Amino acid sequence: MPTTLVELKHVTKRFVKELDLAAKMAKRIGVSVRREIVHAVDQVDLQIQKGEIFGLVGESGCGKSTLGRIVAGLLQPSEGSVWFDGREISGLKRREAKETALKTQMIFQDPFSSLNPRMRVREIIGEAPRVHRIVERAELDNYLDGLLLRCGLDPIYKERYPHQFSGGQRQRIAIVRALAVKPEFLVCDEVVSALDVSIQAQILNLFMDLRRDLGLTSMFISHNLEVVEHVSDKVAIMYLGRIVEQAETEELFDLPLHPYTQALLKEIPSLEKRQMDFMPIQGEVPSPLEPPSGCHFHPRCPKPGDPCRIERPVLRELRPNHFVACHNPHGMR
Amino acid sequence: MEARIPTLLVENLKTYFFTRPGIVKAVDGVTFAVYPGKILGLVGESGSGKSVTAFSIIGLVDPPGRIVGGQILFQGRNIAGLSKEQIRQLRGSAISMIFQDSMTALNPVLRINTQLIETIRAHRKIDDLEAYEKAIQALAHVGIPAPEVRLKSYPHQFSGGMRQRVAISIAMLNEPSLIIADEPTTALDVTIQAQILFEMQKLCRGKQTSLIWITHDLTVVAGLADEICVMYAGRIVEHGTVADVLDRPLHPYTVGLIGSVPSRNRRGRPLYQIPGMTPSLLSLPTGCAFRERCSRADASCLEFPEVFEPVPGRQVHCHHPHLE
Repeated sequence: MPTTLVELKHVTKRFVKELDLAAKMAKRIGVSVRREIVHAVDQVDLQIQKGEIFGLVGESGCGKSTLGRIVAGLLQPSEGSVWFDGREISGLKRREAKETALKTQMIFQDPFSSLNPRMRVREIIGEAPRVHRIVERAELDNYLDGLLLRCGLDPIYKERYPHQFSGGQRQRIAIVRALAVKPEFLVCDEVVSALDVSIQAQILNLFMDLRRDLGLTSMFISHNLEVVEHVSDKVAIMYLGRIVEQAETEELFDLPLHPYTQALLKEIPSLEKRQMDFMPIQGEVPSPLEPPSGCHFHPRCPKPGDPCRIERPVLRELRPNHFVACHNPHGMR
Repeated sequence: MEARIPTLLVENLKTYFFTRPGIVKAVDGVTFAVYPGKILGLVGESGSGKSVTAFSIIGLVDPPGRIVGGQILFQGRNIAGLSKEQIRQLRGSAISMIFQDSMTALNPVLRINTQLIETIRAHRKIDDLEAYEKAIQALAHVGIPAPEVRLKSYPHQFSGGMRQRVAISIAMLNEPSLIIADEPTTALDVTIQAQILFEMQKLCRGKQTSLIWITHDLTVVAGLADEICVMYAGRIVEHGTVADVLDRPLHPYTVGLIGSVPSRNRRGRPLYQIPGMTPSLLSLPTGCAFRERCSRADASCLEFPEVFEPVPGRQVHCHHPHLE
């Protein structure tokens, strides 16, 4: 019986740029000036089951990193609620809130900026478990050594500084740091995007091993569809702050129903596609400051219908466990 | 078979860096050719020497590095020994380069129009108005909407994808015979990448521009290139048409690289990993640099493998290639 570990209910995150002094004065004298509001995440519902790898795909500016941070507890939503293991996290008291926060860890894209360059590896990975007393003081060194070995690093590396390592090694250190507090849930934000293909394979394999051995649940965020397809159980596609399609991995890649997903999949180069006639999606990604009305994708959609300009489509289950937010999905069987 | 003069013929190029810990042989005997209208994919991972090869061609290798051997024949003329001023004249007009990080190619304190017009006027006598018209056209060609408005912006006002397109339009401005692109789409989204690849393809097909596309991403070269050179530790290990190299790879490193790609592995199963790590360029193994990671290596691999050419145009440096 799968249990839901993480749930987002109607989560919205707005970033507001307030008017500065000049703008306020201009407004006073009658110039039409508005606050700039970006709906980075726009009424998102999602559930992640225990033990699942939930892939989140989207392009720059779609809000996936913001969503990742909300799920990881690093950002508060403007509206809606985040639930962990059946309890709403904003309602938790201090001690429970701290315990819950420790259960979720995040790993970031850039292995060069996510590690403090002035700390040795020993401190980077040891600080949190020491402060939170994850293991006894006397046991700490052995514990860290074990984690380092588990992630393919020599325990002697504890004495070194981040700049002495390659990108792939730094990502391993970031993974050790996350694992050191014994989390149940990992949010991985573009963790292999900065790495060479063969190093990418190593890190993905490590990640899949750990998931199997430690029973971790995770959210895997990436713009690289091939990688997401390989590791995820379920995939959601984001566009301008909204989830437009979600299904189990094989189902989504075999039968994409949303026009955006279809276009994305057609454009990915693969080893087999030779002499590709690259056919980019028409139009530009709209600015998140001025998203199109109704369905955000309608200006670039090959077959927009009437309701598409006016009404926002909601996620509907069109096939078993396959959800699509579209008034006119293409290719339904 | 090509009887024409190649746009670029690199012969036994060697670029070494003379550093305190030792000599880094970043490029150690590289040979390849690119013909008009053709696209060559130069594939390799970090430390393979692919970027230094590009910098050598375009004269951007700074001390402690320098070209120590070989020839770089651009349209038949050796440019390896040219003075800084002579290279500067070629660069931006006949040969241009697109870098991975578009922000480093664009001056952050100048508006885009200044940078485009500057590039145009650096290489030919043309008045302001004509240069302005050309700049607008250049932006339109890379699919930037409302170019007249966009011209007045600064680089930071563009998204990453747009900046890269501006950098590409600058590279294409003076209708070069050769463009060298160093991982230009690696950090970009699929749809932006598709747009850029579309523009590059159009250019090569339309104006017979030669393109060297440097990347570690085999999937992009699969769709874009005509030929592939695979580099490892400063040398080319394999060369052939895209179909040959990707469908019938000869070198164990190429086989390993292709095997690591997620789509070549069953979903959810461990990805194939090339054992070991890339060696430090300061202490390369003698003979074949890949031998310590190779399951087919034996004593003969202590000797550097000379080129084996089973068929004209198809080359590999290996004592035990994967032959059928």
